[in-house]
Amino acid sequence: MIRTALDQIALQVVDLHKYFEDSHVLRGISFTANRGEVVALLGDNGAGKSTLVNCLAGKLLPTRGEILINGTKQVINSPIKAQNLGISVVYQDLALIKEMSVVENLFLNREIMHSNTLLNRLGWLDKKAMEMRANKLLRRLGGEGIELQLPVSMLSGGQQQIVALIRAVNAGANIIVMDEPTAALGSEQCNQVIRLIRLLSSQGATIVLISHNLGQVAKLCDRAVVLYQGQTVADIAVKEVTQLELLALMSGKQCDGVSANQFSEYKS
Amino acid sequence: MMKLSAQVTANTLVYYTFVLTVVVFTFVLHSSAFFSVENWLNIVRQTAPIVVMAIALNVALSAGQLDLSIGAVVALSGLIAALLLPEYGVVIASVVALSLGGAIGAFNGYLSLRLAVPSLIITLGTMVFLNGFVRYLSGLESIPILNKPFLALFGGGSIWGVPTLLLWVLGIAVSVYCVFNYVQLGRHLLATGANVTAARAMGVNTIKVRIIAMSLSGFLAALAGLLYAGRMQSARYTLGESELITVLAAIAIGGCSLLGGKVSIWGTVLGVWLIGILNNGLILSGFSSDVQMMMKGVILIVAVGITFRARKQ
Repeated sequence: MIRTALDQIALQVVDLHKYFEDSHVLRGISFTANRGEVVALLGDNGAGKSTLVNCLAGKLLPTRGEILINGTKQVINSPIKAQNLGISVVYQDLALIKEMSVVENLFLNREIMHSNTLLNRLGWLDKKAMEMRANKLLRRLGGEGIELQLPVSMLSGGQQQIVALIRAVNAGANIIVMDEPTAALGSEQCNQVIRLIRLLSSQGATIVLISHNLGQVAKLCDRAVVLYQGQTVADIAVKEVTQLELLALMSGKQCDGVSANQFSEYKS
Repeated sequence: MMKLSAQVTANTLVYYTFVLTVVVFTFVLHSSAFFSVENWLNIVRQTAPIVVMAIALNVALSAGQLDLSIGAVVALSGLIAALLLPEYGVVIASVVALSLGGAIGAFNGYLSLRLAVPSLIITLGTMVFLNGFVRYLSGLESIPILNKPFLALFGGGSIWGVPTLLLWVLGIAVSVYCVFNYVQLGRHLLATGANVTAARAMGVNTIKVRIIAMSLSGFLAALAGLLYAGRMQSARYTLGESELITVLAAIAIGGCSLLGGKVSIWGTVLGVWLIGILNNGLILSGFSSDVQMMMKGVILIVAVGITFRARKQ
């Protein structure tokens, strides 16, 4: 991939540590993610992925270490702070409100108010403006066919994933952390989501992708950051390693020691 | 039967039942005063405070909170107003009563979040405490209200033939309906009630929202208390106390979810009117209040049953 002006560091994590009462979960995580890059965050269960994501989302404060956003050191002490910094985490459960419509979800806590001063003060919603903007977003990001007024519970899994992603974009996110976005999807829906991820990264968004599907990582991601027992054991271009080698890194071994059996387990 | 029950969903249940009840009673009671404007306006007057209580509970439920103290707040607000009216006049008496209601609601909300105890338990405690307090405050006597402006404002009068109580009911219902359909606060209330984790993840201040919900519920309950006292031209410690079950039954049949995240303002209004018509019709048919109580219990169970079934499908 050709990189020029896009090659700016959007997210930098430096020697991050997190202690809980009786355990030391993060023991020095360091990596960078550039603008427009899709970075895979790999690691076995218990490697510290969730803790790291929660630190980025503002749900947990790291004990030690730094997080830099666009080159500036930041203390992310609340989900709102994370949002303001342009970080959005799309969790596996998507955190969509199933009872509410697509457009209501897209604009939750980002409602467009009526332009009339008095109505604006009252918090009166400008439903038309929100609908128009939602339509535009859906068209731009490949969400055509998603009915705006439908409750989210009526959408397919892939459409829900797309709505969650578009909501992140609408919230002004340019660093999007995704937890297993395609794990529960069929192949066609999976492709839709992958297309959207590619589109977003081509428009300059930084995507951090947690995935166990190494085949997908190899196709979709530029770089892979591998965690093992709370430490970064690798930060490498995906093209330069085989899936087997990635797997070895994830299990804390050198690549030579991995059997083909273990690999096929992961592939499924 | 299967087909019919499949068509009757939680949202439409109240409309079918309403029409059915009116039709049945009109036939059964064709020789009585049931089918007359006067009788119906009377039902509207009698049920007005209960409608407002039910809307109050709708607001609390929208954010996933249950407020059992509304009945007790009704009594307290009526009594406070009645006690303050002779000396301080209508403005101060109503403002104090309404603020007290809002403050009790906010306190309920705060305590429930602070102690991480369900609002059901906290408001049960507040309810029993206030039930005792209004008995103490009133000395078990009812306090007459003679203040003319108060009775004109909240009482049983009419403007151009329309009962003021009906205007209050419609005004409050329209305002709350607008909040839920056109105002940011309404969205945040419903989001918090439907999925508190997701709402928080989107940066909604769910703590503030839930306290606002409880506070509004207390405020509206206090307003119901003023309407009650105005209609009765006196305040008594029993005002509103026995109406909690009517309110719950009306809400359940009206299509508001007792689990939060869904409101139905017009369904609630119709639900209360439906129970009012049933009471009225049963009295005119010669049944006693025992039957009315049993009927409310049955309505509550049947309505909740249908709502939950519809949800599962």
